Amino acid sequence: MENTIPALEFENVVKNFGDFQAVKDLNLKVESGEIFALLGPNGAGKSTSINMIVGLNKISKGSIRVFGLDTQSESVNTRRMVGIMHQEIIAETFLPVQESLELHCGYFGMAVDRDWMNELLRRLALDPHRNKRSGQLSGGMKRRLMMAKALIHKPQLLILDEPTAGVDVDLRRIIWEFVEELNKVHGATVLLTTHYLEEAEKLCKRIAILDHGELIVLDETKKLLSDQKSKNLEEVFLKLTQSTEVQV
Amino acid sequence: MSSFYQNRSYSPYRSFYTLLRKEIRRYLIMAPQTLLAPLITVCLYLLVFGVSLGRRISLGTEVSYLDFVIPGLILMGAINNTFANISSSLFLSKYLGNIADILVAPISAMQFLMAYTLAAMTRGLLVSALIYGVSLFFSQTPWQSPFLGFFILFLASFIFAQIGVIASLTSASFDTLSMYTNFLLLPLIYLGGLFYPVSNLPAPWSTLSKFNPLYYLIEGFRSAMLGATELSIGSAIFGATIVALILFSITYWLIKTGYKLRN
Repeated sequence: MENTIPALEFENVVKNFGDFQAVKDLNLKVESGEIFALLGPNGAGKSTSINMIVGLNKISKGSIRVFGLDTQSESVNTRRMVGIMHQEIIAETFLPVQESLELHCGYFGMAVDRDWMNELLRRLALDPHRNKRSGQLSGGMKRRLMMAKALIHKPQLLILDEPTAGVDVDLRRIIWEFVEELNKVHGATVLLTTHYLEEAEKLCKRIAILDHGELIVLDETKKLLSDQKSKNLEEVFLKLTQSTEVQV
Repeated sequence: MSSFYQNRSYSPYRSFYTLLRKEIRRYLIMAPQTLLAPLITVCLYLLVFGVSLGRRISLGTEVSYLDFVIPGLILMGAINNTFANISSSLFLSKYLGNIADILVAPISAMQFLMAYTLAAMTRGLLVSALIYGVSLFFSQTPWQSPFLGFFILFLASFIFAQIGVIASLTSASFDTLSMYTNFLLLPLIYLGGLFYPVSNLPAPWSTLSKFNPLYYLIEGFRSAMLGATELSIGSAIFGATIVALILFSITYWLIKTGYKLRN
């Protein structure tokens, strides 16, 4: 039976940092099983919104639900279902790759599924480096490790915060192919942010654009392109975000 | 739901054990710095204060200065290393950003606090056990109440683990963190009667020393090792337990509210 509960739901979410409002009354639904892009210029509130889902930022007002569960009152249960690949490179530098993955799985309360771990290491080309300490890996390899960590506990909602920032073409291809496969084969819901708009256009059926903490558009990608009479998402993005700039 | 997701065995305790294991592994990997270095420091204290100067110091009791100072050094090893472990680990995780890996996981505030606390305590207690082992080369005075001695050591480690949590959460830089060591930990240790009987101090210093919580721990531990001292062991345990509970309430609240961790 089709899962009708949205994978992710923002309801009137506000985030204040002192006097500065980083996210303004955000309402958003990501359906179960979709690949959804949250786009916006730097400082638009994308990472802040993502961090509120996983509890790295506290919600000032409103609520966020993951598969129907409130992220504040049921934080332990919602976090179990979410895997996140952060924008910044984060790694326990003193631990080998395989041990890092086992550890990360343990943090989520899960026993390691060896087959799945080996699959991740193979697919992300980390297999030859499994016994190397994370600190010895190159930047690209660390990104692969972060992707593997986000997936090791088999999350139903995968959040990728600019996963392809500063990575080479080969890794970008690997990441997106894998994401598409996870979505198609296992039905994983994916929320991503990226500045490579052609990637979002290709992968996502629906997109949302945030600017200055406000949701300025939320629509199906194809419809958005036709409504805005644009050739590609980049044109739409520039049109919408620059018009907001003028209003501000 | 896909069978891919159903094929997962979840246990909330696994999160706690994993974090505890990781924290213990962290200091074991760096054993020369985390276990051997403090041991060498204490050996030097034993040689200088206990063996060399100690022979010329009389406390006016049957207890030799060396026997007097050993309980203090064992306790100092426990609290210094518990504090150092938890404060540096938490602060570095915050500083490097890898605390995010733990904060996004389904780990409760209690699990988080207890995993860090117990891991730091194991280091503190391990170092104090090593110091005790080394001290046997200098003096073999038997313990009067080993169980009570261990309990006080446990309480002292617990208290300084909580102080370490507060220090790491409230510090914005390495300099601030070192201020806790220089302006709190060292005065507490050196003015708590570790190297001298507090009753030997003139007023008002002897009175002021009694406001130092470490005084009760040191005297209690010394009492458990050597027998009668300035303070009854019951008062020491009572006082230390109250301090431990107050500090634990504060640190739990800090972690629960995500103070300087979330946002």
